[in-house]
Amino acid sequence: MTFTLIDQGRVGTVPASVEGGRVRLSADALRAALGWELHDATLCNDAMCVPLPAGSRLGEGGVFDLGEVAATLDRPLALDADEGAAYLGVSAGERAQALGSLIAPDFTLPDLAGRPHTLSSYRGKKILLVAWASW
Amino acid sequence: MWQALHEELRDRNFVVIAVALDKSAEEARPWIEKAAPTYPVLIDTQHVLPDLYNIVNVPTALWIDERGRIVRPNDVVFGTDTFKHITNLESAKPLAAVRAWVRGETAGFAPAETRALQTLPTALDQQARAEFGLAEWLARHGKRDAAERHFVRAGELAPHDFTIRRGSMPIRGIDPMGPQFREMLQTWVGGGRPYYRPLPDTRG
Repeated sequence: MTFTLIDQGRVGTVPASVEGGRVRLSADALRAALGWELHDATLCNDAMCVPLPAGSRLGEGGVFDLGEVAATLDRPLALDADEGAAYLGVSAGERAQALGSLIAPDFTLPDLAGRPHTLSSYRGKKILLVAWASW
Repeated sequence: MWQALHEELRDRNFVVIAVALDKSAEEARPWIEKAAPTYPVLIDTQHVLPDLYNIVNVPTALWIDERGRIVRPNDVVFGTDTFKHITNLESAKPLAAVRAWVRGETAGFAPAETRALQTLPTALDQQARAEFGLAEWLARHGKRDAAERHFVRAGELAPHDFTIRRGSMPIRGIDPMGPQFREMLQTWVGGGRPYYRPLPDTRG
């Protein structure tokens, strides 16, 4: 089936087999959807490498269980096998490290007119960053 | 909202950046048009900001200095006293602190002090945010029942996160000011847990 994989808000589709609530991807699908490749018991993308834990069978027979990929990368995974969709979030450790550095995490969001604004483009000013909502 | 503060201090190298954690731009539009802000008001339907800054309720404000460093972490700051009768939180003191900082009369917190006052996300917080992210996507694609499962799961994982529990209500067709919200609030507060968590008043 065609599976929707949302990687920190970026939406991609990938061929996958779903069985018993588990989602299995091929090596090609893993690379195409998430940018990770397995070499010598180590998962790597453009930026970093993560060794598989001892005894891991990830990638055996060219099959990658999405839940195991997320666990290996220490990333939260929300999965709805019935709807064929999953969301891969960011680990608490990564977020805590970024916040602890005290460098304000950068983001780009649109205004009402759809015009994008990037926090770092206001560098040089003091900023009161306020989250609010109509609710 | 923040217009008076922004106008008062804009010539002092200061900007308010407001981010609406709303279902859609249309939900936020009436509030924004009424405030007629000259500062940027951004729309964050997918909760990018809560994920990056571990924001769990609104209003939440933080101070960022000229070098892009956080010098005061997440705090409850109201722009007006409109809701004071409900929240019992005054806007005057936090706004006076912002003014003094922008005018250079006081500094922000030192790094160690800022870190000591930060609340960092747990694995459960981040799992809840992933569940919210999936639910929001499912809802946007008309999969209402599936979305509901993941919104509920997100709220169970992070019951203190009202950007999830209350913020998801408009998406789920629930009145965020209605009986379901009031019941949620009563259960929470009745258990001795505060709905708003302002920073301790460390400076007297």
